[in-house]
Amino acid sequence: MIVADRKSLEEILSMIKDYKNIMVLGCKGCVTVCNVGGEKEVSILASALRIARQKEGREINIDTKVIERQCDNEYVAQLKETVGNYEAVVSMACGVGPQFLSEAYREQKFYPAVNTTFFGGAVTHGIWEERCAGCGTCIIHDFDGLCPVARCAKSLLHGPCGGSSKGKCEISKETICIWDSIVSKKMEQGRLNDLLKVRAVKDWRTARDGGPRRSIREELTQ
Amino acid sequence: MRLSYPSNIKVIQVPCTGRVDILHLLNAIENGADGVYVAGCLEGECHYLTGNIKTRKKVNYVKKILQEIGIEPERVEMFSLSSAMGLKFAEIAREMNEKIKTLGPTPVRKKEAA
Repeated sequence: MIVADRKSLEEILSMIKDYKNIMVLGCKGCVTVCNVGGEKEVSILASALRIARQKEGREINIDTKVIERQCDNEYVAQLKETVGNYEAVVSMACGVGPQFLSEAYREQKFYPAVNTTFFGGAVTHGIWEERCAGCGTCIIHDFDGLCPVARCAKSLLHGPCGGSSKGKCEISKETICIWDSIVSKKMEQGRLNDLLKVRAVKDWRTARDGGPRRSIREELTQ
Repeated sequence: MRLSYPSNIKVIQVPCTGRVDILHLLNAIENGADGVYVAGCLEGECHYLTGNIKTRKKVNYVKKILQEIGIEPERVEMFSLSSAMGLKFAEIAREMNEKIKTLGPTPVRKKEAA
């Protein structure tokens, strides 16, 4: 899923400082699963913002709504009747949400309430880790399903660097050296020779280096 | 025991402190409560295993939110005591009452309707 973190209340309050009537809009997709922008978090943010504004003596009306997905025009269209009733909309979806909203409703102002961080998953309740860099050319079959592009700090493809120590990466004690894991797994399975393969230089044009990406599925287009 | 505790404290019963949510605490503050505290079972003695521990984390989260928006986090607290500790319950109630009185009324006031 796409993982995000809520922005500081200070930052969100500064975005909406001039408004007295806003909507906080959540998303039932990834941000609900990573407990950042679902129904609960939308209510918490709305309450916190109301408290902050009441404290300043500048009350604010905040309505809340959560739609199925903000990255889908079909659901974004459901706001057609109500989106104009507010001075601004604060989106708790990932960075995709406010953009779909902005494109659909040119006359409205949309503000992000979260920082979108990475593609990953929950390793345990409350802790999420990055697993995919979205490079556009998946090669994890060569590494037993472990991704050195996303999980090696240097995205090395031919083995660990000198910063690997006791299974950890030099960037932090919490970060495992993915190359240590890859090599260990290959050794356990007696397939270390797999790693002797010399790889051609990775083509980064399918990653962000090639500019904004687009995916077309002819069988689905109308 | 006929113990007395400050009459301005409103007790809301829940089956386990684990039922207390971040939003319950925030809503209390939003609606003008000067302070809110959760009285949970002793740690390690939750009938539902970890309800009180989970709620302590929720209380800490609410404190963080209050701090972020410039409201004294001490207005929200969590205490651990067993249901057999009546004396302690009354003592905590007085302690919390005194603390809130020292902090003064909440800065979160809804405008009176004209």
